[in-house]
This record gives sequence, structure tokens and C-alpha cells, in this order.
Amino acid sequence: MNAYVTNTSNTHQGSDSLYKPAHTTILTPELMVQIDSILERFAKDPTRLVGMLLDIQDITPKQYLPKEIAVYVGEKLDLPLSRVYDVISFYEALSDVPRADIVIQFCDSVVCKVVGSRRLKEALEGILDIKTGETTKDGKYHLEAAPCFGACDISPAIRVNGVVYGPLKTEEDVRDALARYEKGGEARA
Amino acid sequence: MPNTVSFITAHFDKHNPDDLASCLAIGGFGGLKRALGLTPAELIQIITASGIQGRGGAAYSTGIKWRQAADVPGDDKVVICNADEGEPCTFKDRTLMEKDPFRLLEGMAIAGYAVGAKHGYIYLREEYRHLRPKLQKAIDQARTNQWLGSHIQGTNFSFDITLYSGAGAYVCGEGSTLIESMEGKSGRPRIKPPFIKECGLFQKPTLVNNVETLSAAAAILDFGAEEFKAYGTEKSPGTKLISLAGNVRRPGAYEIPFGMTLRAIIETIGGGLEEGRILRLVQLGGASGRIAPASLLDTPYTYEDLAKAGLDVGSGGILVVDDRTSVIEFLESIQDFFIHESCGKCTPCREGNRQIGRIIARFADGAPRPDDLETAKRFATIMSNCSFCGLGETAQSALLSAIRHFPEVFELGAFGEGDEAGLKANANVKASAAGVAVGETIGKHSFKGERGERA
Ligand SMILES: Cc1cc2nc3c(=O)[nH]c(=O)nc-3n(C[C@H](O)[C@H](O)[C@H](O)COP(=O)(O)O)c2cc1C
Ligand code: SF4
Ligand code: FES
Repeated sequence: MNAYVTNTSNTHQGSDSLYKPAHTTILTPELMVQIDSILERFAKDPTRLVGMLLDIQDITPKQYLPKEIAVYVGEKLDLPLSRVYDVISFYEALSDVPRADIVIQFCDSVVCKVVGSRRLKEALEGILDIKTGETTKDGKYHLEAAPCFGACDISPAIRVNGVVYGPLKTEEDVRDALARYEKGGEARA
Repeated sequence: MPNTVSFITAHFDKHNPDDLASCLAIGGFGGLKRALGLTPAELIQIITASGIQGRGGAAYSTGIKWRQAADVPGDDKVVICNADEGEPCTFKDRTLMEKDPFRLLEGMAIAGYAVGAKHGYIYLREEYRHLRPKLQKAIDQARTNQWLGSHIQGTNFSFDITLYSGAGAYVCGEGSTLIESMEGKSGRPRIKPPFIKECGLFQKPTLVNNVETLSAAAAILDFGAEEFKAYGTEKSPGTKLISLAGNVRRPGAYEIPFGMTLRAIIETIGGGLEEGRILRLVQLGGASGRIAPASLLDTPYTYEDLAKAGLDVGSGGILVVDDRTSVIEFLESIQDFFIHESCGKCTPCREGNRQIGRIIARFADGAPRPDDLETAKRFATIMSNCSFCGLGETAQSALLSAIRHFPEVFELGAFGEGDEAGLKANANVKASAAGVAVGETIGKHSFKGERGERA
């Protein structure tokens, strides 16, 4: 999040990709319609940019905000692209690099640490066969570390596309949480 | 739960938080009903008399804050509920919104009536996105039933609430930063003056209060300031929601009367530590809070007693850490958090956090430089004096209090009995030495919960 510091930790993405040209054609006509309806819901009020971008990211494949969408939103709201990127690059929950269909975040803040998030991280990396910050080969899962998400009472905890599960003490617990998510996103252990 | 009370949480589990009718059936919105029969001045007098202090961390008198907000000229003011709750080991606001969202809406409307605001906003952290539909539903139901919207309950008072979302930035919990975020910008604090109370959101006079403060205000109007003051001490009246977590048997959000000792909170409410574990330290008020060794456990949980012991209520977080985590490992985790969350606007915080992070890493490796401790202290002091906002000012609370209470940790290197995964290999010998020293301190104070007999 800290825009001035590029090497703070290996678990959070930098914004190297920011000015790469966009080759993708994520912004299909269907997605455009959906984005328009989100913008309408927020009355195209530029003060609500943060919330709009979050909702748009939610419906974008791979849960991120590619440049073409940033440009589109900027034009629709009559905001300079730099304003849109000021927001995208600042906030932890907004990503300018592709993630996955399912984003898994484990908390790496202090409460989860003292009750064993290290083992949780290892279990997740083992099950998914990727390192933190990576995406599985099939593009299905992306694994991230995240600061405290207020689930310290059920720590160590993870979020799967925003749905919280905890406490996850064993690899079995982790597998169980992922299975429960697949079945319908039922929250909290 | 023994020793917990229910004043702010009185409606918890007694109604369906998704159904306003069930809330009204148990007297919901009683506080607002009473407020509307008073003048704003009378209302503020009740809040002042209750002695409640802001629950967001800064502990500023809510009565005085509302008085000042009411005194600002203008008829287009706003009330913001700070639901950013970004402090690690803090989840009591989440619990309040999950179990009784109506109390919060009621408190916001009461605040609006008191200060003369027509519009309220809830700034909800992204991490609580699962609460968005619940809060929106509560707002919609309240509006349909004329507890929000125009001419509330047929009076001349109109007040509505809009839900805003954060996007994952701890610094956005700071009032002016929150406002920047709500104006669609990145989260960097504003210079003061102008003060938010005069020129805040959309340049309007703005009152910012924490979720718990607003919920408590509604309960105070409902049950009376005297009833609130029946709990607590003279200087810390009333009840407080704590977020108890870490190495305790029963982590959770609990409402307690001010005045319980930390020991009683950890043993009786938290169920003590796990079998065979020894207390390492307690951190109060979240990551920006100070830490205490076992010798301070008999301190009563009040603003005044904690201050005497060099501690602070802060966000109401109480983190219990046992012997599996060393002091240095703990500090590393806190430091990682602040390096990550510093917004980068000012040099003391941006650079100070990084440099102190490097120093702590050297302590963790058991290879500090001779002047590292002095340098860390100097940087930490500069940060608390010269940072632009509260984040940088308080980021080194844990380190400075660790240096005070656990000096041996900085003399020898890194220690502590690590968990099975093991501490850094080169610190093994020293590890047990320091572990014993800390354990003995606890032994002398016979910390009953440490072996969990009470569970
Ligand atoms: C870095 C930082 C983060 C903060 N985060 C929060 C927060 O998440 N929730 C909150 O209520 N107050 C937070 N505060 C305190 C607010 O600035 C403010 O004092 C508070 O919301 C006022 O409400 P109160 O008077 O009801 O306590 C934070 C302050 C700082 C400096
Ligand atoms: S102290 Fe400075 S760098 Fe740190 S969060 Fe505040 S403004 Fe940003
Ligand atoms: S520290 Fe992990 S959820 Fe709070």
C-alpha cells in the first residue's frame, strides 16, 4: 500500500505492472454493462470511487482492475486516470495485477501469529502447491498474506473471497474450510 | 459469562438483528425516542454526565465533543461513524454491528439530533464486507419505519444514513484520512487546522465517532446516565467492550465494567492460558498499544490506573501472548504491520518504521550492532514527536515499552521458547535463559491462569 516503499515485504504486490500496456480484452460488452450498472448504483458520484472500484473488481474475472477498466471508469466519472490509479495503487484491497477466481488470504498480523499462522501459511502453500503471492497453474486460486481482518477471536483465520474461516489449526481444518467455501460460502467455523 | 455485564450489549441475542420488528418488541430505539423529547442541549448534558470517553482510541470526552460540534455554526453538518476498526486484536465494533446494528443507527441519529446534522455516514472497512448487507437492511428497515429519513417519528428532525466502504488501509481509521477516503481519494491524513469539526467531509462541519461510542450513547439515553455510572469507577465510569484474544482459552468480545484487574479479565473471562504455558506479555489497545509484563497484571482496567502503569485502554484490545512467542518475534510482527500500513506521507514514519524494522531483524538474528538499541530508541522518539499523524506517533509504543519492561531481551539477542517450528536456530541457548527469567517473574506473582486450572 505504501506507494513510496517498494520492498517492504515479499507478501504484498508492488505496482510494477502499472504502466504496462494492456493487452487483455477483459472489458467485454457484457462486463461494460455490469460496470455501468454499478456506476449508476453509486450515482456516478466520484466521491464514492473507492466503493465503486471494489464492486467492479468483484465482478471482473481474476478479481483485479486492469488498465482498460481504470481508463473506462475515469472517463465515465470524468476523473483523470491518475486519480483512479492513486486509489487503485494505494488500497490493499484493490489490485492492478490479475489474481484468480478464488482469492485466499491468511492473516499475518500479530494475534494470528501468536496462535500459529505460520503453520496455517505452510498448510495453505502445501495444499495449493504455490508460494504466498502466487496463483495456481489452473488460475483458480491466488494466495495472499493480509493484515488483521478483525477475526482475531477465531484466529488463526483466512478469508476466501471475503468469507472468513477460523480457527484453522491443522491442515485438516484448512481443507475443510476450502471445501465449505466451495459448497456455498458458509462463514466462520 | 462471569463478570461480564450487558449495558451496551443489552439487546444482544434477544432479537433478530435482521428484523427491526423484533428489536422494537424489546424496546429498540427507546434511546432515540427519549432523545427526541429533549432539547439538544439537554441531550448533550446527559452524555456529558455519563462521563463516557470516545472508544475509538483517543478517549476524548464524548459530551465535550458533541458540545463543540453543536456549537459550530451551520445547518449542514454530518455525523460519521468510524467503523474502520483496523487495529489488530480489535473486533468489538464488528460484534456490535453483527449483533445489534440498530443500536448503532439509533446512536447516530441521536448524535445527529444533538449536533444538528441531517446526514450520517458509516465508513465500514472492506474486511467487514459481509456486514454490508446486514447494515443496509437495518438502515432500510429503520427508514421504512420512520426511525430514519425525513421527519423521524413525526417530529421535525430528519436524518438519514449512507454506507461507505473502505478498501483495506489501517490509516483510514484516522479521522481526516477517513474523510479523504470518503471523498474518493487515497488515504493520507490532512493537515490541521482546519479541524474536521469545522471543515470535514465535503467541507462540512463533521463529527466522527467510533461504533462503540455511538452504540453506548444510545444505551445511555435508553437506560440513563446514572445506570451507566453504576458500573466502573469515578474517573472511568461505565462499561467497556474489550476484544480479548491471543493465547487465552476463550477469546472474544466482552462487555466489562471498568475496574476489573487485567488478571481477572484474562483468568475469569478469558479462561486463562493453555495447560503448561507461561505468560510472556500482554498488549493493550491493539498494535499501536504498549505492552505489559506479568508483574502489571494486578492493574485495574481503568483509564487512570492503566495510565499510572504506563498503559492505555486504546482500542480496547487485550492481546495475551504466552511463552511460545519471544518478545523480539512479537515486535517483528508489530513492526511488519506498521511498515506495511505507513501511508508514506511523512519522513519520520515512512523511514523510521523501515529502519527500526531492520534493527529488530538484527536482534531477531541475534546479531545486533553495538549502537542498535540506542538508534532504535532515538528513531522511535523522533517518530512519536514528529510524525504527521497518530499512526507514526504511536507505532513505536510496543518497542519502547518492551525496552522498558524486557531490557534483557535487547542485551542478549533473540530468545524465547519458540513453537515447534522453532526459533531462529542460533538463539537456542540464550532462548532458554531468558525464558526462565521471564517465567520466574510470573512464578512470583503466581499467575493462576497460566496453567489453566480455572478453565
Ligand atoms: C492511525 C489511526 C487509526 C485509527 N483507527 C480507528 C478506527 O479504526 N476506529 C476508530 O473508531 N477510531 C480510530 N482512530 C481514532 C480516530 O482518529 C478518532 O479518534 C475516533 O474515531 C473518534 O471517535 P471517538 O471519539 O468516538 O473515539 C484511529 C486513529 C489513528 C491515528
Ligand atoms: S505518520 Fe506520516 S507516513 Fe505515517 S501514516 Fe501518518 S502521515 Fe502517513
Ligand atoms: S490478527 Fe489475524 S485476524 Fe486479527
